[in-house]
Amino acid sequence: MNIPSEIGSHTKLAEHAYRIRRYALQMGEVQGQGYVGQALGYADVLAVAYCHAMSYKPSDPEWEGRDRFLLSHGHYAIAFYAALLEAGVIPEDELETYGSDDSRLPMSGMATYTPGMEMSGGSLGQGLPIAVGIALGLRLKGNPAFVYNSMSDGELDEGSTWEAAMGAAHHGLSNLICLVDINNQQADGPSTKVMGFEPLADKWAAFGWHVQRVNGNDLPAVIAAFDTARNLQEARPRVILFDTLMGKGVPFLEAREKNHFIRVDPHEWQQAIEILDQARGAV
Amino acid sequence: MSTTAKKPRLTTSAMIASIASEGQRVKAAPFGKALVELAQQRADIVGLTADLAKYTDLHLFAQAYPERFFQMGMAEQLLMASAGGMAKEGFIPFATTYAVFGTRRAFDFVHQVIAEENLNVKMCCALPGLTTGYGPSHQATEDIALMRGIPGMTIIDPCDALDTEQAVPQIAAHAGPVYMRLLRGNVPLVLDEYDYTFELGKAKMLRDGKDVLVISSGILTMRALEVAKALESDSVDVGVLHVPTIKPLDTATILAEASRSGRLVVVAENHTAVGGLGEAVATALLTAGVTPPFYQIALPDAFLDAGALPTLHDRYGISTEAMVTAIKGWLG
Repeated sequence: MNIPSEIGSHTKLAEHAYRIRRYALQMGEVQGQGYVGQALGYADVLAVAYCHAMSYKPSDPEWEGRDRFLLSHGHYAIAFYAALLEAGVIPEDELETYGSDDSRLPMSGMATYTPGMEMSGGSLGQGLPIAVGIALGLRLKGNPAFVYNSMSDGELDEGSTWEAAMGAAHHGLSNLICLVDINNQQADGPSTKVMGFEPLADKWAAFGWHVQRVNGNDLPAVIAAFDTARNLQEARPRVILFDTLMGKGVPFLEAREKNHFIRVDPHEWQQAIEILDQARGAV
Repeated sequence: MSTTAKKPRLTTSAMIASIASEGQRVKAAPFGKALVELAQQRADIVGLTADLAKYTDLHLFAQAYPERFFQMGMAEQLLMASAGGMAKEGFIPFATTYAVFGTRRAFDFVHQVIAEENLNVKMCCALPGLTTGYGPSHQATEDIALMRGIPGMTIIDPCDALDTEQAVPQIAAHAGPVYMRLLRGNVPLVLDEYDYTFELGKAKMLRDGKDVLVISSGILTMRALEVAKALESDSVDVGVLHVPTIKPLDTATILAEASRSGRLVVVAENHTAVGGLGEAVATALLTAGVTPPFYQIALPDAFLDAGALPTLHDRYGISTEAMVTAIKGWLG
């Protein structure tokens, strides 16, 4: 069972984040594609969520006392499976089935396929309103678990996100923590050009939320943000806005022209893994 | 020009117009009362609405169980998704709004959040079909067509107060998503005069007849029974098969009744002719090779007018008089 650890060892968490990145690249290589840029960028947040902040039992993904984690951005499945592998929810040998017929690891996250997957994401903007219902349900049952909704910045365009933001604040849902990955990339280009969302912290604050905005690739900052959100004694929902760098940890991918779907050539997967391994050795 | 002369009172196109005809026996708020009664027995029942508790009779539940009632504001996507979230936590959410908003507005949330995971949400949506004079913004003429397209969705179209109150505990007991058309306010009471009980998934013969078989759902079953009485004086014998569960369809009963020779089959529904009971029955009959003379009484494939309900029901062929005329015409 994983229980929240208050002593955040960012060295230990850096190792978890490294492994999450490596799993994601390995899965990417299986299919020759995947949202690996997002996975690399978001790995630090997932490492802190699954290896520091959350309570769960790897062998019992439906344990009633678990913190719920909703992957609203279903296309981040590759990143999420990597976190579930690291958390021990999914066995490592299943990695090679990623995206294949009859695999439990489809390319877009689906609740009915994968242990530990709490919702079928992909139709964006649905995670946060579901989280509102789960948070209300937990509160009604007297269950002290948290519900985390993980979403992309593109989902800020969806009206349902803001319906839920209002609803969560109206109902004073202090057991709801929303995580937003801000990498400024959507299908048609930079989020700021597709539909500007700034000033984002002000928007959430105006909706009645406790807001933090941190560098999502700065592990000590990410740890501190999770700890603050969990320990806050205020009857309102919490959001953490994470600014992240797509491709983080693999410099040639970090530098690649940014778009929603980073192109990786067949020979580059192993190259990326080697770079990751070397960087870890350097640490 | 100004005048002080009193104008004659016009018929109303108000949003909330009773579907009960003058002098008809009614029961007040059968859905709300049945839900309160059920909630006494089942602690897992919760109620959610999108700013329409009063107009879906859910206010009775809210008054009786305030801790189990959740106001979601005028936000139907949130309504359906949060109902799904509560179902994930083991509750049986009854989510209410108007049928136009529950289906058209929130469709992807019903589809992806609720139905794709087979969640135990009961969507009870008022003003189904043509039961308001407010025009297309409020007339849910295609709600059943939309919901029929969703795998695993159970669809209920009750006729009256009795159907409604008996359906409530049964849809709660059913595992999986349910869409129920909601009759609210003073709801006609009709089926207590027949040897009838609501059974989820079952079509029931309300009266037999050798000349015409009307297969109907919702308030058009009430109309069909009136039609049958009216045609008695013309020596036309009309049977009425009530089909309150549109999906899954009770194909066996429908085929058994429609196979009896010598009867016109008329499917009557308070819904567009596209994608509702009529097409479902037609498919069932053709697939089984049962081909009686077949007619459809349904709303046209059009955006309907605003106006008073009696005017509109006449205009679109679902008033008792219009149905009598149509059936006589088909009989020749």
